[in-house]
Amino acid sequence: MSAQSDNWIDIAALDAVPQRGARLIKTAHGCVAVFRTGIDEVYALDNACPHKNGPLADGIVHGKAVTCPLHNWVISLETGAAQGADTGQVATYPAKVVDGRIQIDASLLTHRGVA
Amino acid sequence: MTQKLVVIGAGMASGRVLEHLFEANADYYVTLFNAEARGNYNRIMLSPVLSGEKTYDDIVTHNAEWYTTQGVTCHFGTPITSIDRAAKTVTSTEGTVPYDKLLIATGSAPFIIPVPGKDLDGVVTYRDLDDTNAMIDAAKSGGKAVVIGGGLLGLEAAAGLAERGMDVTVLHLMGHLMERQLDEAAGFLLRRDLEKRGITVKCQASTTAILGTTRVEAVLLDDGETLDADLVVMAVGIRPETRLATDAGLSVARGVEVNAQMETSDPDIIAIGECVEFDGQLFGLVAPLYDQAKVVAKTLMGVPDVFTPKELSTKLKVTGCDLFSAGDFAEAEGREDIVFRDPARGVYRRLVLEDNIVVGAVMYGDTADSNWFFGLIRDKTDISDMRETLIYGPAFQGGAPSDPLSAVAALPRDVEICGCNGICKGQIEDAVHAGATDLGAVRAVTKASGSCGTCTGLVEQVLAVTLGDEFIAPAAASICGCTDMTHEDVRRMIKSRELKSMPAVWQECGWKTSCGCHICRPALNFYLLADWPMEYTDDPQSRFINERKHANIQKDGTFSVVPRMWGGITTPDELRAIADAADKFAVPTVKVTGGQRIDLLGVKGEDLPAIWEDLNNAGMVSGHAYSKGLRTVKTCVGTDHCRFGTQDSTGLGIKLEKTLWGSWTPHKLKLGVSGCPRNCAEATCKDIGIVCVDSGYQISIGGAAGMDVRETEPLCQVKTEAEVIDVVKAVTQLYRENAKYLDRIYKWVAKVGLDWVKESVADLDKRTALKARFEHSQTVYRKDPWAQHVAKSETYRPLADLTLEAAE
Ligand SMILES: Cc1cc2nc3c(=O)[nH]c(=O)nc-3n(C[C@H](O)[C@H](O)[C@H](O)COP(=O)(O)OP(=O)(O)OC[C@H]3O[C@@H](n4cnc5c(N)ncnc54)[C@H](O)[C@@H]3O)c2cc1C
Repeated sequence: MSAQSDNWIDIAALDAVPQRGARLIKTAHGCVAVFRTGIDEVYALDNACPHKNGPLADGIVHGKAVTCPLHNWVISLETGAAQGADTGQVATYPAKVVDGRIQIDASLLTHRGVA
Repeated sequence: MTQKLVVIGAGMASGRVLEHLFEANADYYVTLFNAEARGNYNRIMLSPVLSGEKTYDDIVTHNAEWYTTQGVTCHFGTPITSIDRAAKTVTSTEGTVPYDKLLIATGSAPFIIPVPGKDLDGVVTYRDLDDTNAMIDAAKSGGKAVVIGGGLLGLEAAAGLAERGMDVTVLHLMGHLMERQLDEAAGFLLRRDLEKRGITVKCQASTTAILGTTRVEAVLLDDGETLDADLVVMAVGIRPETRLATDAGLSVARGVEVNAQMETSDPDIIAIGECVEFDGQLFGLVAPLYDQAKVVAKTLMGVPDVFTPKELSTKLKVTGCDLFSAGDFAEAEGREDIVFRDPARGVYRRLVLEDNIVVGAVMYGDTADSNWFFGLIRDKTDISDMRETLIYGPAFQGGAPSDPLSAVAALPRDVEICGCNGICKGQIEDAVHAGATDLGAVRAVTKASGSCGTCTGLVEQVLAVTLGDEFIAPAAASICGCTDMTHEDVRRMIKSRELKSMPAVWQECGWKTSCGCHICRPALNFYLLADWPMEYTDDPQSRFINERKHANIQKDGTFSVVPRMWGGITTPDELRAIADAADKFAVPTVKVTGGQRIDLLGVKGEDLPAIWEDLNNAGMVSGHAYSKGLRTVKTCVGTDHCRFGTQDSTGLGIKLEKTLWGSWTPHKLKLGVSGCPRNCAEATCKDIGIVCVDSGYQISIGGAAGMDVRETEPLCQVKTEAEVIDVVKAVTQLYRENAKYLDRIYKWVAKVGLDWVKESVADLDKRTALKARFEHSQTVYRKDPWAQHVAKSETYRPLADLTLEAAE
């Protein structure tokens, strides 16, 4: 886990995102999806499947992965990599929960995700 | 010179400190104050006292004789009311006492939820012996108890009260019990065991008020339900008891802040136990308090030492509910799960790993190995070498995979396997022992799986379990990689084992993943809501986006919006409202659909609630154009306008659509009603088609006009509209209850046979029962999802908008 920075942005309460669900953050460079897993981990990824730019935030979240709603590509929330036979990569951003609030690393503002 | 130590609070933490001091012959003269009218007892054993397994005398830690021998001056039933740090004195109702060193050990106070009625007689908390005695007294007259809070304390209170003969209901705000210590799967097993001992558990239950005039009579929930209650126990959490420290001007956050020597911001004042906060952490279990006690004794004797918090583990002291939870399940990247389930023994284990170290463990049913796992967590043991077999525990070498048949092997003999013919597992076993050694023979002897056939897989598994190696089951496709069971097996398990939640299905059917996947979850969600409309709550996160957002996702990520037009009939006002909405939201494409209504294509996700609200205001509701559920009822103009029409096909179509809408089905459901055999509504290629004739109505099912094109097959002919509606409801319900998820009616009929469907709706008793179950379910689901989603429209908006935020 490289690219740790102290520049965390407070986004919203954890409860604003449903378990096994996602919500969007708008940035100047496009939308970032914030995912919450069944065990309350949070992950932030670009909201575009490497296949056909499907909106990942609208997919089904299971374990630490999301299935794209358009063509069922399964993307790892941890690494952003497409799973199984598919190949492709989504940019990920450091995210964490502190005292029930979601915080995201400000690197997403410059849109250079850490894989 | 002997120093004066004053101790506030004679609880578990300070009791330990005194033991250490006296063992070391420390030179202190001790004065002990306790708000409770007694000395130190083992608070955690109050639960066995409540349940009757122990008495108070059994759990006293320090009796009067002990205090006398150690020379402690005791003031019990005497709360300290203030501390004067400048004068170094404490004051109680009995006067003022000086100290050289002061130890604050005031523990915590139960949290009282601020609802009306909280102060009524008969509302108690669960913290000390007085509370316990109040509960024991209340239980003497029997009656109903409501315990608010499904955590450790609440459940121990509930079990104790049930043991004493009360009729107990536990209300829990969250989705599953003990959610801080357990995951859903373990929470389900715990709930099942509690229910077995007669305790009713209601999750997601939020208390609005406690009702009663002089004493408690009932509890009112926010969904309007009232539960009669003769006793209410509040066990929703605790709050560090910090009032004295705050008044004395000590540094207090959530608890009294201490350093690693347990000193407060005033070095002459030391604090310990549940009232303290160390490094942002609070403490609610005795293990860390005992570690603190060692440090406090050292600090008081001037010996350097530091307190370091360790990993904690939890067990529940309810006989028969074996659970264990330790470590950390919280969010972090790079963590993995190992899950093991043995439905036969009701065992669940989950380990959370990070960098080859176990960081958390949850166990239910068999906690014999819990100490070993806890040791791995505490010692941060590298487990890479034993990873493959780790989950099986310390004794395990070799690693036999879990047996896919164990779920069926575990079923008791009286569980119904074949719902159509009412055949239980035991009858199949008997038939097998009597010589029926293949499916055909079992079917011939018992009729099991001989009707709709959906239980075939289960019957085969019973055969396999009974015959052992002699039976070779034909391979049936499982739902997905999460399970070895087929759709049909799982549906049968849901019915016969009364599985009413996803974690219940995952556990009882031996799911291999912690929370399913995008293939099984939508199927399970449908099966559960179709079979348990009242008990199960629809889970939007297990639905495809179209059904979650109630709109059809398009390839560019925008959505289409289709309002219902009952039977294809609209009005100028509706059309104007649609046109206005199309203008207002700059809808790029407006299309007339094959289902006789209008599709607005290209709406942005975040605009959905607003456009729905406009359409709602014009009296329109969602057309469910996206759902595995009722889509449209296509009609022709019938007798109203057409010279060939034999019946009012439009009117019947509208009636059908108005009664069926909102229902979820295994796949989409389209109907057509034609007013005469010329069939202008193309009813005979719909899932259910009605063709009006002079003598009544021909009902046929199983048509399709998609990848497969098929004509419907006749189901029956009836004389009246009312009968049409009954038959359609009954056949829809039969389909809902039995078909595999994503099978259209024609596929389902091909599997179960048209004759069986015909028989089921021809039998008037069965028809009436099916119809009644359909209507029951519709009381929950015949609601406009758009209106419901408009009410929570904020969830459609972005969580945050950082477009104006500067980079770096
Ligand atoms: C029913 C029950 C079951 C439990 N089960 C477990 C378990 O299984 N495992 C586990 O690890 N933990 C369990 N606990 C928690 C455990 O009992 C506590 O963590 C522990 O008792 C805390 O010790 P303490 O000394 O900080 O506080 P306490 O033991 O609560 O002692 C504090 C004392 O200070 C007194 N006091 C407060 N204010 C004043 C004042 N102003 N003046 C004088 N006296 C005052 C109080 O009357 C009380 O006697 C359980 C608790 C309960 C209630």
